[in-house]
Amino acid sequence: MSVLAPAEEAEIAAAIAEAHAHATPLLLAGNATKNGLLRPVQAATTLSLKHHAGITLYAPNELILTARAGTKLADIEAAVAEKGQQIIAEPPDLGALLGEEGAQTLGGVVACNLSGPRRVTAGAMRDHVMGMRAINGAGEVIHSGGRVLKNVTGLDLCKLLAGSFGTLAAITEIALKVLPASETVATLAIAGLDARKGVAALSAALGAPFGVSAAAWLPRAEAARIPALAGFAAPVALMRIEDFRPSVAYRSERLRAALTDFGKGEIIAEAPSRVLWRAVRDAAPLGAVAPGEAVWRVSVRPSAGPGIIAAADALGGRAFLDWGGGLAWIVSGASAENHRAITAAVRAAGGVWWLMRAPDGLRASLDVIPPEPASLAAITRRVKAAFDPAFILNPGRLYAGL
Amino acid sequence: MIRLPDPKPETLAARARIVAGLRALLPESGVIAEPLRLKPYETDGLAAYRQVPLAVALPETTEQVAAVLRFCHENGVRVVPRGAGTSLSGGALPLADAVVVGLMRMNRVLAIDYADRLAVVQAGVTNIGITEAVRAAGFFYAPDPSSQLACMIGGNVNMNSGGAHCLKYGVTANNLLGLKIVTIAGEIIEIGGAHLDAAGYDWLGLLTGSEGQLAVVTEVTVRILRSPEGARAMLAAFRSNEIAGACVDAIITSGIIPVALEFMDRPAIHACEAFAHAGYPLDAEAMLIIEVEGSIQEQDDLLARIKEICARFDPISLKVSQSAEESAAIWKGRKGAFGAVGRISPDYLCMDGTIPTGRLPEVLRRIGEMSDSYGLKVANIFHAGDGNLHPLIMFDANDPESFHRAEAFGADILKLCVEVGGCLTGEHGVGVEKRDLMPAQFTAIDLDQQRRIKTAFDPDWLLNTAKVFPLTDALAPAA
Ligand SMILES: Cc1cc2nc3c(=O)[nH]c(=O)nc-3n(C[C@H](O)[C@H](O)[C@H](O)COP(=O)(O)OP(=O)(O)OC[C@H]3O[C@@H](n4cnc5c(N)ncnc54)[C@H](O)[C@@H]3O)c2cc1C
Repeated sequence: MSVLAPAEEAEIAAAIAEAHAHATPLLLAGNATKNGLLRPVQAATTLSLKHHAGITLYAPNELILTARAGTKLADIEAAVAEKGQQIIAEPPDLGALLGEEGAQTLGGVVACNLSGPRRVTAGAMRDHVMGMRAINGAGEVIHSGGRVLKNVTGLDLCKLLAGSFGTLAAITEIALKVLPASETVATLAIAGLDARKGVAALSAALGAPFGVSAAAWLPRAEAARIPALAGFAAPVALMRIEDFRPSVAYRSERLRAALTDFGKGEIIAEAPSRVLWRAVRDAAPLGAVAPGEAVWRVSVRPSAGPGIIAAADALGGRAFLDWGGGLAWIVSGASAENHRAITAAVRAAGGVWWLMRAPDGLRASLDVIPPEPASLAAITRRVKAAFDPAFILNPGRLYAGL
Repeated sequence: MIRLPDPKPETLAARARIVAGLRALLPESGVIAEPLRLKPYETDGLAAYRQVPLAVALPETTEQVAAVLRFCHENGVRVVPRGAGTSLSGGALPLADAVVVGLMRMNRVLAIDYADRLAVVQAGVTNIGITEAVRAAGFFYAPDPSSQLACMIGGNVNMNSGGAHCLKYGVTANNLLGLKIVTIAGEIIEIGGAHLDAAGYDWLGLLTGSEGQLAVVTEVTVRILRSPEGARAMLAAFRSNEIAGACVDAIITSGIIPVALEFMDRPAIHACEAFAHAGYPLDAEAMLIIEVEGSIQEQDDLLARIKEICARFDPISLKVSQSAEESAAIWKGRKGAFGAVGRISPDYLCMDGTIPTGRLPEVLRRIGEMSDSYGLKVANIFHAGDGNLHPLIMFDANDPESFHRAEAFGADILKLCVEVGGCLTGEHGVGVEKRDLMPAQFTAIDLDQQRRIKTAFDPDWLLNTAKVFPLTDALAPAA
């Protein structure tokens, strides 16, 4: 197993061109904290972008930051926080969940399109990628978009490469839209609602004119793992409001009044709110994942969320809902039967899944994301070939044989 | 003038057979082939370019779209998808040997779900039609192009259209959940659905803004949002573009993102005031319209913060609206800007580049210099928060020389946008208009990468041929 970790884009391009010429498969990685996601890649050589790092431009007045793919996400978070701004999609740190210790990179987060609680109202990581440089599977430098906030020139390759898990090109530089961080935050918590009523409360909150920025539902045991919520000793629906102080004070009270039908409601103050949403972001309510367990991430229409929770319960798993009920995180025993049960429920709900963590043998043999219908799978193959003609970049990561 | 490829002689020769073939697939009135009735389809919002198509097909169902595309594919016939035909870049301009596939008969709202905050609509539903369908429940569809009374969601998806409020709510791409598409081979494919995010490749993201190059969209699942409690505008006028630009920076860096932040230069202010009598200050060099949302108290709080910032920039006037009527008056001039410029000069080109917002003063100065050297007037309207610049170049359509100068002027402005770090188009698309400028923004390798994706969807290049991509040898007209 050899590892290449060049610092310069030209060297990355040369390494890929070389691999292309010899049809040598490459495992693309940032800091390699996400190799356990989806299917295992069969490649003897790893091409790491972790040394291709550094913020190349930050214009707070223009709401834009560009950085090389290997830049640690934490460094970017610190740089924007210093100017009172934030990464809009609130990307999670899944290190604990995935059992990885290293610091994740911007490139990794974008390549996996990972977004946190704010995704439900403010868009995904991919929504804020304004521009990209990347190296395709032939070793050519390509770019798309730019460092401006509105751009419809040509096909939007940024959206295609975000979330492509390194199977189309090695992303080398990313231009990210950022926004001011809100002055304060508060959370309305309504305890004692089962999944169905809980999601109904979240829908009512997201459908109210009070600018709710995140909405999650935790079963009793999952809530108990978060100190600020343990006292409820019950399942709890959580709704976050972020803005200037007067707005947060006004809206959280109005929201509480609007939702009295669902229960009394308690307003959680700024400091514990920040801790609790970070925990929701990182899927911490699931607790530690044991060696024989697997982790699924599921996206469905919010009203289908309670059905997914029921499917997880039936397997004796742990689970909770974010994104107003539309994102389900599930931990359960790592087995093909459990995978079948969960994916059947997701399929019935018209949603999608990602197998986020499982033993290698298992994840090599399962549909880690939903298979595409034949007509779309044929397009997928042709588009893959359009970027990576020798099929050398992260082979097998998404689908067997691709 | 931008060149179009030579029509395929075999297609022109087979016209009668093609029309008959289409008639067999569609209801009686669904195929138009009479020259007089083809005339309305000969152009779009870029009216300087005209070309009557071979025929127009008006399917009513996704299955009919599939049948038409399969037929065209089998017969090597080019296809130009069309919504309302309001494209300002010539995106829906027909070709002489192409069948226009118009989606306007697919105009039904299929489902609305308030709990999951989405609506499923056919591609021919107008942009405003979506908001109208959900307004009674207090909801709206956020992207609001100025053409929203006419333009259709299928066109919006293919152009990734924006609007005055996209600073807060995002553009079309940020407000979609799913699509039903038909490939040129006639396959019907569902993309996305009612959930967030794609598990495999983000086809939804790729198809959005693809300008009819990849597939025909027949259904769209959009996100709908709850309307805010209220909204209110204010107006701030300044002595120079530099000062107004610095004020925009100060607002954004203070942590306030207004829902709208519109900039007008002196010629735009004068044109709009003469037209709308909105009370705009005629002694100002630049003016901002700033809108905030929320309850009355929240509006007061935000407007007070913004007013205080504006006051630091020696404004000529600052007017905070006290009512919905006053807000409407402030917006009236801006919303009527196209009509207003149209009164000064019946013919104008509406350009659409994006620049880093910090470069605005310099870009406006250079546009002013170009205006002098081309001898053509220009008024600038700018979505200041996101850097999207709309210079309106005035010319005389009866004078071909004037039109050519206007086109050259426009091209120079767009190249300037790229030069300062921006792009050729922020929301109107490349179409035919900016096709030949693409090498200013992209390398040959970039363009080939995009072309290969086009080929992956449309191997014979039948869909909206000769738009977006500079003509290659295979498509270039014989000299
Ligand atoms: C007065 C005026 C104001 C405008 N203001 C704005 C504005 O504020 N913001 C903005 O972004 N734009 C604006 N536009 C431009 C235009 O309205 C938008 O580009 C709009 O989205 C086009 O929609 P349409 O239905 O008219 O599409 P068309 O013009 O018919 O088509 C646009 C493109 O999409 C393709 N297409 C259309 N429907 C489909 C489909 N179902 N499947 C596949 N391809 C399809 C066409 O081939 C073409 O390339 C304005 C235009 C005018 C005339």
